[in-house]
Amino acid sequence: MQIVTASGKGGTGKTTVATSLALIAAEQDSVRFLDCDVEAPNAGLFLEPVLDARKEVGILIPQVDEETCTYCGKCAEVCQFHAIAVVGKKTLVFPELCHGCGSCTLVCPENAITEHLNVMGVLEGGSTPEQIDFAQGVMNVGEPMAVPIIRELKKWIPDSSSEIEIWDAPPGASCPVVETIRGADFALLVTEPTPFGLHDLKQVAEIVKELDIPAGVVINRDGIGDSAVEAYCEDSALPILIRIPMERRIAEAIASGKLLLEAAPEYRPDFEAMLKTIVAEVSA
Amino acid sequence: MRQLVVLSGKGGTGKTSVTAAFAHLASEGEYADKFIVADADVDAANLELVLQPQLLEEQEFKGGQVAVINQDTCAFCGECQDVCRFDAIDYTDGLYAVDPIACDGCAACVYQCSTESIAMYEQVVGKFYVSNGRYSPLYHANLYPGQDNSGKLVTLVKQRARLQALDEDRVFVIVDGPPGIGCPVISATSGADLVLIVAEPTISGVHDMHRVLQTVQHFGVQAIVCINKADVYPDGADEIESFCEVNGIQTVGRIPFDLTVTSAMVEGEPVTAFHPEAPASMAISTIWAEVLESLLEGEV
Repeated sequence: MQIVTASGKGGTGKTTVATSLALIAAEQDSVRFLDCDVEAPNAGLFLEPVLDARKEVGILIPQVDEETCTYCGKCAEVCQFHAIAVVGKKTLVFPELCHGCGSCTLVCPENAITEHLNVMGVLEGGSTPEQIDFAQGVMNVGEPMAVPIIRELKKWIPDSSSEIEIWDAPPGASCPVVETIRGADFALLVTEPTPFGLHDLKQVAEIVKELDIPAGVVINRDGIGDSAVEAYCEDSALPILIRIPMERRIAEAIASGKLLLEAAPEYRPDFEAMLKTIVAEVSA
Repeated sequence: MRQLVVLSGKGGTGKTSVTAAFAHLASEGEYADKFIVADADVDAANLELVLQPQLLEEQEFKGGQVAVINQDTCAFCGECQDVCRFDAIDYTDGLYAVDPIACDGCAACVYQCSTESIAMYEQVVGKFYVSNGRYSPLYHANLYPGQDNSGKLVTLVKQRARLQALDEDRVFVIVDGPPGIGCPVISATSGADLVLIVAEPTISGVHDMHRVLQTVQHFGVQAIVCINKADVYPDGADEIESFCEVNGIQTVGRIPFDLTVTSAMVEGEPVTAFHPEAPASMAISTIWAEVLESLLEGEV
């Protein structure tokens, strides 16, 4: 069973909720945690895994053999991203524009194109003290595309025997978020009751709806802002699964790297109940 | 003309609240009517919620293309599915169809289809707006949920803002940036004269600040740092300041945790306009003076 945490707006507490949920789930089941926020991966700071596996990932980009290339330009013609061009007696590849689709390689009549891995980041995996099977993607600084790294992360160990997987998504509502959410059984939308929180919750709720994934909402920093998030959830039939109040001691503890349930163990029953609800919803 | 871009790495550190306050403060200073604001966080565009724009121009933004299979001529050979590296071709009930959400727009399937049954169609993936913001012209956009090409939309927003600024001899553009370090951040950073990083003194905030700093430096743009919610974890704030000092990065102040910022957001106003005497407002005013000085340094 795959549960994804997403939010739209950044900093609403996706990782806070995901890590504590993993902790609770690991008491009963085998758990795998994927930090899919490859631009700013933070879950490892809280779960403190020992990382002993590492794999460089990226996309396959073309390499043109100048000996066999006839400069026919077929490759440039099919490339939708202007990542390969024929200029006089030279075929140039622009790796930063390439999406790694392989179309140029397929159409080359001379078989002059081979592909090699253009490394864009690394996958790191290991185990936490609670025996959570942990993996994260870390995009290299200066790389523009997060999606290929997320894609590789999600299929790194495809036959993982874990009963529950938790995927922590990046903020926003564009392609990296979609790549993370795809294939999940349940989406946990973490928001805060403010106009910014609501605006961005709507964006991500729309993605989840489009992908036909059941969802529930966690209201973090409950008590600040206004009641518009609540009204929206009611109108959209999105159940509110937990409310975590705005408390300075919680904010301070999380700032220093503590897990929510370490700082505020009184929310343990809420997390247990939430997990039960999700499992029941998915199994139904 | 100078461009200031506000970034953070980690989301939710307060970029937009700080940017909105800067717009308000700029409108009360020497450069009132001499600046433009742009929202480059196109998939979570929140600046409009506090700058109350009156729309002047709206334009569809066409992003990438998606493949569509013509079921009448499809020979059901499955070649499209074999060549697709984005798992975008579904096979259900004996039919092949493209999942438009997964489709990357590469057209590899179009060229491999033996019956020429696949064509590419352009998609409208968002909207681009020009508005009269509360304090200045505002360039903003809305990338539809789940869409690609946010970097291109960011570039469009920034280019148009820049053109108006140059046309009208405006002195600077303030750009509210996206979180992370990927394509929209790179697009937002490109051409910037100064990046202000709004850091948060949490273990995550510090980690992500390092990543965005490296990204900004990678593209050769000067960065300065301010610390938001600084008193929530003073050890973290100290760590950020000493790191910046060692690495020759200017820090321009600390903003205390202050729920007035949220109240202002609920009222749809920048905090400095909503409650100028609030602790956060006072801190942001001081920071703005320093940022402005750095931004205009060397500008005649």
